[in-house]
Amino acid sequence: MAGAYDNVKIARKVSRPTALDYINHIFEGFVELHGDRQFRDDKAVVGGVAWLVDRPVTVIGIQKGKSMEENIERNFGSPHPEGYRKALRLMKQAEKFGRPIINLINTSGAYCGVGAEERGQGEAIARNLLEMAELKVPTISVVIGEGGSGGALALAVTDRVWMLENSVYAILSPEGFASILWKDANRAKEAADVMKLTANDLLEMGMIEKVIKEVKGGAQNDFGFTANLLKSKLVTELDMLCDKPIDQLLSERYARFRKFGEFSE
Amino acid sequence: MAGFKLPDLDTLRSRVKDIKLELPGKKEPAKEDVPVPAGGIKCPSCENVFEKKELGKLKICPKCARYFRLNSKERIRLTADEGSFKEMDAALRAKNPLDFPDYEEKIARMQEKTGLKDAVITGTCTIGGEKTVIGVMDSGFMMASMGSVVGEKLTRAFEYATKNRLPIIIFACSGGARMQEGIVSLMQMAKVSAAAAKHSQAGLLYITVLTDPTTGGVTASFAMLGDIIISEPKALIGFAGRRVIEGTIKQKLPDEFQTAEFQLEHGFVDLIVTREEMPIKLRDILRLHSGRKDGAE
Repeated sequence: MAGAYDNVKIARKVSRPTALDYINHIFEGFVELHGDRQFRDDKAVVGGVAWLVDRPVTVIGIQKGKSMEENIERNFGSPHPEGYRKALRLMKQAEKFGRPIINLINTSGAYCGVGAEERGQGEAIARNLLEMAELKVPTISVVIGEGGSGGALALAVTDRVWMLENSVYAILSPEGFASILWKDANRAKEAADVMKLTANDLLEMGMIEKVIKEVKGGAQNDFGFTANLLKSKLVTELDMLCDKPIDQLLSERYARFRKFGEFSE
Repeated sequence: MAGFKLPDLDTLRSRVKDIKLELPGKKEPAKEDVPVPAGGIKCPSCENVFEKKELGKLKICPKCARYFRLNSKERIRLTADEGSFKEMDAALRAKNPLDFPDYEEKIARMQEKTGLKDAVITGTCTIGGEKTVIGVMDSGFMMASMGSVVGEKLTRAFEYATKNRLPIIIFACSGGARMQEGIVSLMQMAKVSAAAAKHSQAGLLYITVLTDPTTGGVTASFAMLGDIIISEPKALIGFAGRRVIEGTIKQKLPDEFQTAEFQLEHGFVDLIVTREEMPIKLRDILRLHSGRKDGAE
Protein backbone atom coordinates (compact mmCIF):
# COMPACT_ATOMS: atom_id res chain seq x y z
CA MET A 1 0.00 0.00 0.00
CA ALA A 2 1.21 3.47 -0.87
CA GLY A 3 2.14 5.64 2.09
CA ALA A 4 0.51 8.93 3.07
CA TYR A 5 3.64 10.77 1.98
CA ASP A 6 2.79 9.90 -1.65
CA ASN A 7 -0.33 12.03 -1.25
CA VAL A 8 1.81 14.83 0.20
CA LYS A 9 4.01 14.70 -2.89
CA ILE A 10 1.04 14.75 -5.28
CA ALA A 11 -0.61 17.57 -3.31
CA ARG A 12 2.55 19.65 -3.68
CA LYS A 13 3.14 19.05 -7.40
CA VAL A 14 3.66 22.28 -9.35
CA SER A 15 1.53 20.74 -12.09
CA ARG A 16 -1.40 20.24 -9.70
CA PRO A 17 -4.43 22.27 -10.79
CA THR A 18 -4.74 25.53 -8.85
CA ALA A 19 -7.69 27.41 -7.41
CA LEU A 20 -8.00 29.57 -10.53
CA ASP A 21 -8.02 26.46 -12.73
CA TYR A 22 -11.06 25.20 -10.85
CA ILE A 23 -12.68 28.62 -10.70
CA ASN A 24 -12.38 29.10 -14.47
CA HIS A 25 -13.62 25.60 -15.24
CA ILE A 26 -16.47 25.27 -12.76
CA PHE A 27 -17.90 28.79 -12.66
CA GLU A 28 -19.04 31.22 -15.36
CA GLY A 29 -18.53 34.96 -15.57
CA PHE A 30 -16.02 35.17 -12.71
CA VAL A 31 -15.47 38.79 -11.71
CA GLU A 32 -12.32 38.94 -9.61
CA LEU A 33 -12.33 41.44 -6.76
CA HIS A 34 -9.17 42.70 -5.13
CA GLY A 35 -7.89 44.00 -1.84
CA ASP A 36 -8.70 43.98 1.87
CA ARG A 37 -9.56 47.74 1.90
CA GLN A 38 -7.01 48.14 4.69
CA PHE A 39 -3.50 47.53 3.48
CA ARG A 40 -3.07 45.96 0.05
CA ASP A 41 -4.12 43.22 -2.34
CA ASP A 42 -2.60 39.86 -1.39
CA LYS A 43 -2.16 37.84 -4.56
CA ALA A 44 -1.90 34.59 -2.63
CA VAL A 45 -5.68 34.86 -2.23
CA VAL A 46 -8.04 35.28 -5.18
CA GLY A 47 -11.75 35.86 -4.91
CA GLY A 48 -14.80 37.29 -6.52
CA VAL A 49 -18.31 36.68 -7.74
CA ALA A 50 -19.37 34.14 -10.35
CA TRP A 51 -22.20 31.91 -11.56
CA LEU A 52 -22.42 28.30 -10.49
CA VAL A 53 -24.80 27.29 -13.27
CA ASP A 54 -27.72 29.65 -12.49
CA ARG A 55 -26.72 30.66 -8.98
CA PRO A 56 -24.55 33.68 -8.13
CA VAL A 57 -21.89 32.65 -5.61
CA THR A 58 -18.80 34.11 -3.96
CA VAL A 59 -15.76 31.99 -4.66
CA ILE A 60 -12.42 32.41 -2.91
CA GLY A 61 -9.22 30.46 -3.40
CA ILE A 62 -5.69 30.32 -2.07
CA GLN A 63 -3.64 30.52 -5.22
CA LYS A 64 -0.25 28.94 -5.88
CA GLY A 65 1.77 29.87 -8.96
CA LYS A 66 2.44 27.65 -11.94
CA SER A 67 5.92 29.04 -12.52
CA MET A 68 8.68 30.40 -10.31
CA GLU A 69 7.79 33.91 -11.44
CA GLU A 70 4.12 33.50 -10.61
CA ASN A 71 4.96 31.76 -7.36
CA ILE A 72 6.97 34.76 -6.25
CA GLU A 73 4.00 36.99 -7.08
CA ARG A 74 1.65 34.60 -5.25
CA ASN A 75 4.09 34.09 -2.37
CA PHE A 76 3.92 30.31 -3.07
CA GLY A 77 0.31 30.36 -1.89
CA SER A 78 1.12 31.50 1.64
CA PRO A 79 -1.22 34.37 2.50
CA HIS A 80 -0.35 37.39 4.63
CA PRO A 81 -2.93 38.78 7.08
CA GLU A 82 -4.30 41.01 4.32
CA GLY A 83 -5.09 37.87 2.29
CA TYR A 84 -7.26 36.52 5.10
CA ARG A 85 -8.83 39.95 5.58
CA LYS A 86 -9.60 40.15 1.85
CA ALA A 87 -11.26 36.73 2.09
CA LEU A 88 -13.29 37.90 5.08
CA ARG A 89 -14.33 41.09 3.27
CA LEU A 90 -15.60 39.02 0.34
CA MET A 91 -17.38 36.58 2.65
CA LYS A 92 -19.14 39.41 4.51
CA GLN A 93 -20.10 40.84 1.13
CA ALA A 94 -21.55 37.47 0.14
CA GLU A 95 -23.54 37.43 3.36
CA LYS A 96 -24.93 40.88 2.63
CA PHE A 97 -26.18 39.77 -0.78
CA GLY A 98 -27.28 36.31 0.32
CA ARG A 99 -24.77 34.46 -1.86
CA PRO A 100 -23.39 31.05 -0.88
CA ILE A 101 -19.61 30.88 -0.43
CA ILE A 102 -17.19 28.35 -1.86
CA ASN A 103 -13.58 28.36 -0.64
CA LEU A 104 -10.83 26.46 -2.46
CA ILE A 105 -7.87 25.82 -0.19
CA ASN A 106 -4.31 25.15 -1.28
CA THR A 107 -1.60 26.43 1.03
CA SER A 108 1.37 25.04 2.88
CA GLY A 109 0.40 27.52 5.60
CA ALA A 110 -0.07 31.15 6.53
CA TYR A 111 3.11 33.10 5.79
CA CYS A 112 5.65 33.34 8.60
CA GLY A 113 7.48 36.64 8.21
CA VAL A 114 8.10 40.02 9.78
CA GLY A 115 5.35 41.91 7.95
CA ALA A 116 2.88 39.10 8.60
CA GLU A 117 3.57 39.37 12.34
CA GLU A 118 3.51 43.18 12.34
CA ARG A 119 0.10 43.16 10.70
CA GLY A 120 -1.30 40.46 12.99
CA GLN A 121 -1.32 37.09 11.25
CA GLY A 122 -2.76 35.51 14.39
CA GLU A 123 -5.51 38.10 14.69
CA ALA A 124 -6.44 37.79 11.01
CA ILE A 125 -6.84 34.01 11.21
CA ALA A 126 -8.67 34.21 14.55
CA ARG A 127 -11.11 36.79 13.19
CA ASN A 128 -11.98 34.56 10.25
CA LEU A 129 -12.66 31.58 12.52
CA LEU A 130 -15.05 33.64 14.63
CA GLU A 131 -16.80 35.40 11.74
CA MET A 132 -17.15 32.29 9.58
CA ALA A 133 -18.90 30.47 12.43
CA GLU A 134 -21.70 33.05 12.16
CA LEU A 135 -22.01 33.74 8.39
CA LYS A 136 -25.70 33.65 7.49
CA VAL A 137 -25.22 31.96 4.11
CA PRO A 138 -24.32 28.38 3.14
CA THR A 139 -20.57 27.77 3.02
CA ILE A 140 -18.49 24.96 1.53
CA SER A 141 -14.71 24.63 1.56
CA VAL A 142 -12.69 22.23 -0.55
CA VAL A 143 -9.04 21.39 0.08
CA ILE A 144 -7.69 21.04 -3.47
CA GLY A 145 -3.98 20.58 -2.65
CA GLU A 146 -2.28 21.35 0.65
CA GLY A 147 -4.37 22.21 3.69
CA GLY A 148 -1.67 23.69 5.90
CA SER A 149 -2.75 24.24 9.52
CA GLY A 150 -4.32 27.51 10.69
CA GLY A 151 -3.64 29.06 7.31
CA ALA A 152 -6.07 26.56 5.79
CA LEU A 153 -8.53 26.48 8.70
CA ALA A 154 -8.94 30.26 8.30
CA LEU A 155 -11.07 29.50 5.21
CA ALA A 156 -12.49 26.17 6.37
CA VAL A 157 -14.96 26.92 9.19
CA THR A 158 -17.77 26.00 6.80
CA ASP A 159 -20.97 23.92 6.65
CA ARG A 160 -19.18 21.32 4.57
CA VAL A 161 -15.47 20.56 4.28
CA TRP A 162 -14.43 18.40 1.35
CA MET A 163 -11.09 17.24 0.05
CA LEU A 164 -9.83 16.13 -3.32
CA GLU A 165 -8.60 12.57 -3.08
CA ASN A 166 -4.89 13.37 -3.13
CA SER A 167 -5.00 16.53 -1.09
CA VAL A 168 -3.78 16.64 2.52
CA TYR A 169 -4.94 18.60 5.57
CA ALA A 170 -2.87 18.74 8.74
CA ILE A 171 -1.74 20.63 11.79
CA LEU A 172 1.73 21.03 10.29
CA SER A 173 3.84 19.73 7.42
CA PRO A 174 5.14 16.20 8.02
CA GLU A 175 8.66 17.68 7.96
CA GLY A 176 7.75 20.18 10.69
CA PHE A 177 5.91 17.53 12.68
CA ALA A 178 8.90 15.16 12.59
CA SER A 179 11.24 17.98 13.45
CA ILE A 180 9.23 19.08 16.50
CA LEU A 181 8.33 15.68 17.91
CA TRP A 182 11.33 13.61 16.89
CA LYS A 183 13.91 16.37 16.30
CA ASP A 184 14.46 14.87 12.85
CA ALA A 185 12.87 16.38 9.73
CA ASN A 186 14.10 13.38 7.72
CA ARG A 187 11.42 11.24 9.33
CA ALA A 188 8.71 13.10 7.38
CA LYS A 189 7.46 9.93 5.66
CA GLU A 190 6.92 8.21 8.95
CA ALA A 191 5.27 11.35 10.32
CA ALA A 192 2.86 11.49 7.37
CA ASP A 193 1.71 7.96 8.18
CA VAL A 194 1.07 8.81 11.84
CA MET A 195 -0.61 12.17 11.24
CA LYS A 196 -3.81 10.99 9.48
CA LEU A 197 -3.59 13.76 6.92
CA THR A 198 -5.01 12.10 3.80
CA ALA A 199 -8.52 12.72 2.53
CA ASN A 200 -9.59 9.15 3.22
CA ASP A 201 -8.15 9.18 6.76
CA LEU A 202 -9.93 12.42 7.55
CA LEU A 203 -13.21 11.15 6.09
CA GLU A 204 -12.94 8.08 8.26
CA MET A 205 -12.27 10.25 11.34
CA GLY A 206 -15.36 12.34 10.56
CA MET A 207 -13.30 15.50 10.02
CA ILE A 208 -14.64 16.01 6.47
CA GLU A 209 -17.86 15.11 4.66
CA LYS A 210 -16.71 14.13 1.22
CA VAL A 211 -13.75 12.99 -0.86
CA ILE A 212 -13.71 14.02 -4.54
CA LYS A 213 -12.09 11.37 -6.74
CA GLU A 214 -9.04 11.98 -8.86
CA VAL A 215 -7.63 9.78 -11.60
CA LYS A 216 -4.55 7.69 -10.90
CA GLY A 217 -1.48 9.81 -10.20
CA GLY A 218 -3.47 12.95 -9.47
CA ALA A 219 -5.92 15.51 -10.84
CA GLN A 220 -3.36 16.94 -13.27
CA ASN A 221 -3.64 13.73 -15.32
CA ASP A 222 -7.30 14.35 -16.07
CA PHE A 223 -8.29 17.78 -14.81
CA GLY A 224 -11.74 17.67 -16.47
CA PHE A 225 -12.65 14.52 -14.57
CA THR A 226 -12.07 16.00 -11.11
CA ALA A 227 -13.32 19.49 -11.97
CA ASN A 228 -16.59 18.19 -13.48
CA LEU A 229 -17.12 15.89 -10.55
CA LEU A 230 -16.53 18.71 -8.08
CA LYS A 231 -18.90 20.96 -10.02
CA SER A 232 -21.75 18.47 -9.94
CA LYS A 233 -21.25 17.83 -6.22
CA LEU A 234 -21.21 21.57 -5.47
CA VAL A 235 -24.42 22.13 -7.42
CA THR A 236 -26.26 19.32 -5.64
CA GLU A 237 -24.98 20.29 -2.20
CA LEU A 238 -25.81 23.99 -2.58
CA ASP A 239 -29.33 23.13 -3.76
CA MET A 240 -29.73 21.26 -0.50
CA LEU A 241 -27.98 23.80 1.79
CA CYS A 242 -29.82 26.79 0.29
CA ASP A 243 -33.14 25.19 1.23
CA LYS A 244 -32.27 25.06 4.92
CA PRO A 245 -33.51 27.76 7.27
CA ILE A 246 -30.56 29.93 8.35
CA ASP A 247 -31.02 29.13 12.05
CA GLN A 248 -30.78 25.42 11.31
CA LEU A 249 -27.74 25.96 9.09
CA LEU A 250 -25.96 27.89 11.85
CA SER A 251 -26.77 25.43 14.60
CA GLU A 252 -25.60 22.55 12.43
CA ARG A 253 -22.40 24.42 11.61
CA TYR A 254 -21.79 24.97 15.33
CA ALA A 255 -22.45 21.30 16.05
CA ARG A 256 -20.14 20.27 13.21
CA PHE A 257 -17.12 21.80 14.96
CA ARG A 258 -18.42 21.37 18.52
CA LYS A 259 -18.09 17.59 18.32
CA PHE A 260 -14.34 17.54 17.59
CA GLY A 261 -12.15 16.34 20.44
CA GLU A 262 -11.28 13.12 22.21
CA PHE A 263 -11.19 13.05 25.98
CA SER A 264 -12.51 11.15 28.96
CA GLU A 265 -14.11 12.42 32.15
CA MET B 1 -22.01 39.33 47.51
CA ALA B 2 -20.57 40.95 50.60
CA GLY B 3 -17.46 39.53 52.24
CA PHE B 4 -15.33 39.11 49.15
CA LYS B 5 -11.70 39.83 49.59
CA LEU B 6 -9.74 41.13 46.64
CA PRO B 7 -6.00 41.20 47.18
CA ASP B 8 -5.76 44.99 47.20
CA LEU B 9 -3.12 47.08 45.56
CA ASP B 10 -1.31 47.91 48.78
CA THR B 11 -1.11 44.28 49.83
CA LEU B 12 0.16 43.32 46.43
CA ARG B 13 2.70 46.12 46.49
CA SER B 14 3.93 45.04 49.91
CA ARG B 15 4.42 41.56 48.52
CA VAL B 16 6.90 42.90 46.04
CA LYS B 17 8.58 44.78 48.88
CA ASP B 18 11.04 47.28 47.56
CA ILE B 19 11.46 46.02 44.06
CA LYS B 20 11.61 48.78 41.54
CA LEU B 21 9.41 47.84 38.63
CA GLU B 22 11.71 49.01 35.94
CA LEU B 23 10.57 47.64 32.65
CA PRO B 24 12.25 46.76 30.44
CA GLY B 25 14.65 45.27 32.98
CA LYS B 26 18.28 46.24 32.76
CA LYS B 27 20.76 43.48 32.19
CA GLU B 28 23.48 43.21 34.73
CA PRO B 29 26.77 41.54 33.87
CA ALA B 30 26.52 37.80 33.35
CA LYS B 31 27.36 35.66 36.34
CA GLU B 32 27.68 32.35 34.60
CA ASP B 33 30.17 30.94 37.03
CA VAL B 34 27.87 31.17 40.01
CA PRO B 35 26.48 27.69 40.76
CA VAL B 36 22.76 27.64 41.58
CA PRO B 37 22.36 26.24 45.11
CA ALA B 38 19.41 24.08 46.21
CA GLY B 39 16.34 26.28 46.71
CA GLY B 40 18.03 28.87 44.58
CA ILE B 41 17.09 30.19 41.19
CA LYS B 42 18.89 32.01 38.43
CA CYS B 43 17.15 34.80 36.56
CA PRO B 44 17.38 34.10 32.82
CA SER B 45 17.42 37.85 32.12
CA CYS B 46 19.97 39.35 34.52
CA GLU B 47 21.50 35.96 35.46
CA ASN B 48 21.63 36.85 39.13
CA VAL B 49 21.17 33.97 41.50
CA PHE B 50 18.93 34.29 44.53
CA GLU B 51 16.64 32.25 46.78
CA LYS B 52 13.31 31.18 45.29
CA LYS B 53 11.33 32.84 48.07
CA GLU B 54 12.83 36.18 47.10
CA LEU B 55 10.66 36.05 43.97
CA GLY B 56 7.60 36.60 46.15
CA LYS B 57 4.07 35.62 45.24
CA LEU B 58 4.16 37.75 42.12
CA LYS B 59 7.25 35.87 40.96
CA ILE B 60 9.23 38.87 39.86
CA CYS B 61 13.02 38.95 39.78
CA PRO B 62 14.19 41.07 42.74
CA LYS B 63 17.13 42.37 40.72
CA CYS B 64 15.82 43.17 37.24
CA ALA B 65 12.01 42.88 37.63
CA ARG B 66 11.72 40.14 35.03
CA TYR B 67 8.41 38.26 35.23
CA PHE B 68 8.77 34.57 35.94
CA ARG B 69 5.96 32.38 34.64
CA LEU B 70 3.13 31.74 37.08
CA ASN B 71 1.40 28.40 37.15
CA SER B 72 -2.38 28.32 36.90
CA LYS B 73 -2.98 27.89 40.61
CA GLU B 74 -0.69 30.79 41.49
CA ARG B 75 -2.45 32.91 38.88
CA ILE B 76 -5.87 32.16 40.29
CA ARG B 77 -4.67 32.97 43.83
CA LEU B 78 -3.42 36.36 42.63
CA THR B 79 -6.55 37.15 40.61
CA ALA B 80 -9.69 35.76 42.23
CA ASP B 81 -11.22 37.00 45.47
CA GLU B 82 -10.04 34.73 48.24
CA GLY B 83 -12.01 31.49 48.35
CA SER B 84 -14.26 32.45 45.43
CA PHE B 85 -12.87 30.14 42.75
CA LYS B 86 -14.96 27.09 41.88
CA GLU B 87 -13.42 24.78 39.33
CA MET B 88 -15.46 23.33 36.46
CA ASP B 89 -14.87 20.19 34.39
CA ALA B 90 -11.91 19.20 36.55
CA ALA B 91 -11.99 15.56 35.50
CA LEU B 92 -11.34 15.95 31.76
CA ARG B 93 -8.35 13.95 30.55
CA ALA B 94 -6.68 13.56 27.20
CA LYS B 95 -7.06 10.51 24.99
CA ASN B 96 -4.90 9.63 22.04
CA PRO B 97 -6.75 10.33 18.77
CA LEU B 98 -3.76 9.51 16.51
CA ASP B 99 -2.51 6.63 18.67
CA PHE B 100 0.68 8.63 18.79
CA PRO B 101 3.50 6.62 20.34
CA ASP B 102 4.13 7.43 24.03
CA TYR B 103 1.52 10.23 24.18
CA GLU B 104 -0.39 8.62 27.06
CA GLU B 105 2.86 8.11 28.99
CA LYS B 106 3.85 11.73 28.40
CA ILE B 107 0.47 12.95 29.65
CA ALA B 108 0.76 10.73 32.74
CA ARG B 109 4.24 12.10 33.50
CA MET B 110 3.04 15.69 33.13
CA GLN B 111 0.03 15.00 35.36
CA GLU B 112 2.28 13.62 38.03
CA LYS B 113 4.75 16.47 37.76
CA THR B 114 2.21 19.32 37.78
CA GLY B 115 -0.73 17.91 39.72
CA LEU B 116 -2.90 19.06 36.79
CA LYS B 117 -4.99 16.96 34.41
CA ASP B 118 -4.13 19.10 31.39
CA ALA B 119 -3.00 22.60 30.41
CA VAL B 120 -5.97 24.72 31.48
CA ILE B 121 -8.06 25.25 34.60
CA THR B 122 -11.54 26.71 34.19
CA GLY B 123 -14.17 27.79 36.65
CA THR B 124 -16.03 30.70 38.12
CA CYS B 125 -14.86 33.27 40.64
CA THR B 126 -15.38 36.81 41.74
CA ILE B 127 -12.90 39.62 41.22
CA GLY B 128 -13.62 42.58 43.46
CA GLY B 129 -17.05 41.02 43.95
CA GLU B 130 -17.80 40.82 40.22
CA LYS B 131 -18.72 37.30 39.17
CA THR B 132 -16.95 35.98 36.10
CA VAL B 133 -16.02 32.79 34.32
CA ILE B 134 -12.26 32.34 34.23
CA GLY B 135 -9.86 30.11 32.32
CA VAL B 136 -6.16 29.96 33.10
CA MET B 137 -3.67 28.13 30.90
CA ASP B 138 -0.58 26.58 32.44
CA SER B 139 2.73 26.64 30.58
CA GLY B 140 4.08 24.00 32.98
CA PHE B 141 1.92 21.38 31.25
CA MET B 142 3.41 20.62 27.82
CA MET B 143 3.93 24.34 27.24
CA ALA B 144 0.14 24.81 27.43
CA SER B 145 -0.32 23.31 24.01
CA MET B 146 -3.95 23.08 22.92
CA GLY B 147 -5.36 19.61 22.52
CA SER B 148 -8.88 18.25 22.97
CA VAL B 149 -9.00 18.84 26.72
CA VAL B 150 -7.93 22.50 26.51
CA GLY B 151 -10.34 23.08 23.62
CA GLU B 152 -13.24 21.32 25.31
CA LYS B 153 -12.79 23.00 28.70
CA LEU B 154 -12.58 26.46 27.17
CA THR B 155 -15.57 25.76 24.91
CA ARG B 156 -17.61 24.64 27.92
CA ALA B 157 -16.45 27.73 29.83
CA PHE B 158 -17.73 29.96 27.01
CA GLU B 159 -21.00 28.03 26.81
CA TYR B 160 -21.49 28.30 30.58
CA ALA B 161 -20.78 32.04 30.43
CA THR B 162 -23.23 32.51 27.56
CA LYS B 163 -25.97 30.50 29.28
CA ASN B 164 -25.53 32.30 32.60
CA ARG B 165 -24.91 35.72 31.02
CA LEU B 166 -21.49 36.10 32.62
CA PRO B 167 -18.28 37.72 31.38
CA ILE B 168 -15.30 35.48 30.73
CA ILE B 169 -11.61 36.12 31.31
CA ILE B 170 -8.97 33.88 29.79
CA PHE B 171 -5.34 34.06 30.84
CA ALA B 172 -3.69 32.75 27.68
CA CYS B 173 -0.29 31.23 27.23
CA SER B 174 0.69 28.52 24.82
CA GLY B 175 3.39 27.10 22.65
CA GLY B 176 0.66 26.36 20.10
CA ALA B 177 -1.09 23.22 18.96
CA ARG B 178 -0.81 19.85 20.74
CA MET B 179 1.07 18.17 17.89
CA GLN B 180 0.43 14.69 19.24
CA GLU B 181 -3.30 15.17 18.58
CA GLY B 182 -2.77 16.28 14.98
CA ILE B 183 -5.82 17.58 13.10
CA VAL B 184 -7.99 17.16 16.21
CA SER B 185 -5.86 19.80 17.85
CA LEU B 186 -6.31 22.14 14.86
CA MET B 187 -10.09 21.77 15.10
CA GLN B 188 -10.03 23.04 18.70
CA MET B 189 -9.20 26.49 17.29
CA ALA B 190 -12.45 26.49 15.33
CA LYS B 191 -14.45 24.97 18.18
CA VAL B 192 -13.39 27.51 20.82
CA SER B 193 -13.71 30.43 18.38
CA ALA B 194 -17.25 29.40 17.46
CA ALA B 195 -18.16 29.30 21.16
CA ALA B 196 -16.55 32.73 21.60
CA ALA B 197 -18.66 33.99 18.69
CA LYS B 198 -21.89 32.88 20.41
CA HIS B 199 -20.81 34.56 23.66
CA SER B 200 -20.05 37.74 21.73
CA GLN B 201 -23.39 37.61 19.89
CA ALA B 202 -25.09 37.51 23.28
CA GLY B 203 -23.54 40.90 24.05
CA LEU B 204 -21.27 39.59 26.78
CA LEU B 205 -17.77 40.69 27.75
CA TYR B 206 -14.69 38.63 26.92
CA ILE B 207 -11.29 39.70 28.23
CA THR B 208 -8.08 37.95 27.26
CA VAL B 209 -4.90 38.39 29.24
CA LEU B 210 -1.88 37.39 27.19
CA THR B 211 1.01 36.04 29.22
CA ASP B 212 4.42 34.74 28.30
CA PRO B 213 4.41 33.00 25.82
CA THR B 214 1.22 33.24 23.70
CA THR B 215 1.91 31.82 20.25
CA GLY B 216 0.69 29.63 17.40
CA GLY B 217 -2.83 28.29 17.27
CA VAL B 218 -3.85 29.98 20.52
CA THR B 219 -2.81 33.39 19.17
CA ALA B 220 -4.59 32.51 15.91
CA SER B 221 -7.85 31.77 17.71
CA PHE B 222 -9.35 32.77 21.04
CA ALA B 223 -6.40 34.77 22.43
CA MET B 224 -6.86 37.45 19.77
CA LEU B 225 -10.66 37.52 20.02
CA GLY B 226 -11.19 39.35 23.31
CA ASP B 227 -13.30 42.50 23.37
CA ILE B 228 -10.43 43.75 25.46
CA ILE B 229 -6.95 42.29 25.09
CA ILE B 230 -4.57 42.84 28.00
CA SER B 231 -0.97 41.73 28.16
CA GLU B 232 1.60 41.35 30.87
CA PRO B 233 4.73 43.43 30.28
CA LYS B 234 7.33 41.90 27.97
CA ALA B 235 5.31 38.75 27.29
CA LEU B 236 6.16 37.02 24.02
CA ILE B 237 3.10 37.22 21.76
CA GLY B 238 3.10 36.09 18.15
CA PHE B 239 1.85 33.65 15.56
CA ALA B 240 4.98 32.08 14.11
CA GLY B 241 7.96 31.09 16.19
CA ARG B 242 10.95 33.36 16.17
CA ARG B 243 13.28 30.69 14.76
CA VAL B 244 10.83 29.87 11.98
CA ILE B 245 10.75 33.51 10.88
CA GLU B 246 14.52 33.88 11.19
CA GLY B 247 14.82 30.77 9.03
CA THR B 248 12.49 32.29 6.42
CA ILE B 249 14.14 35.71 6.23
CA LYS B 250 17.71 34.55 7.00
CA GLN B 251 18.15 37.41 9.44
CA LYS B 252 18.29 37.86 13.19
CA LEU B 253 15.19 39.53 14.61
CA PRO B 254 15.45 42.42 17.08
CA ASP B 255 14.89 41.60 20.78
CA GLU B 256 11.64 43.56 21.00
CA PHE B 257 10.04 41.64 18.10
CA GLN B 258 6.79 39.95 19.20
CA THR B 259 6.84 41.40 22.71
CA ALA B 260 3.72 42.78 24.39
CA GLU B 261 5.10 46.26 23.74
CA PHE B 262 5.52 45.44 20.02
CA GLN B 263 1.92 44.21 19.85
CA LEU B 264 0.67 47.31 21.67
CA GLU B 265 2.51 49.52 19.18
CA HIS B 266 1.08 47.59 16.22
CA GLY B 267 -2.44 47.78 17.58
CA PHE B 268 -3.08 44.18 18.63
CA VAL B 269 -3.14 44.70 22.39
CA ASP B 270 -5.36 47.22 24.19
CA LEU B 271 -3.24 47.71 27.26
CA ILE B 272 -0.29 46.37 29.19
CA VAL B 273 -0.96 45.80 32.89
CA THR B 274 1.61 44.90 35.53
CA ARG B 275 1.13 41.80 37.61
CA GLU B 276 0.48 43.74 40.80
CA GLU B 277 -2.22 45.88 39.21
CA MET B 278 -3.95 43.12 37.23
CA PRO B 279 -6.79 42.21 39.67
CA ILE B 280 -7.71 45.84 40.19
CA LYS B 281 -7.69 46.57 36.47
CA LEU B 282 -9.81 43.48 35.78
CA ARG B 283 -12.23 44.49 38.53
CA ASP B 284 -12.50 48.00 37.09
CA ILE B 285 -13.18 46.72 33.57
CA LEU B 286 -15.74 44.19 34.84
CA ARG B 287 -17.53 46.97 36.73
CA LEU B 288 -17.56 49.23 33.68
CA HIS B 289 -19.44 46.45 31.90
CA SER B 290 -21.75 45.40 34.74
CA GLY B 291 -22.67 49.00 35.47
CA ARG B 292 -22.00 48.52 39.19
CA LYS B 293 -19.77 51.50 39.70
CA ASP B 294 -19.26 50.95 43.39
CA GLY B 295 -19.17 47.19 43.27
CA ALA B 296 -21.63 44.39 43.74
CA GLU B 297 -24.23 44.75 46.46
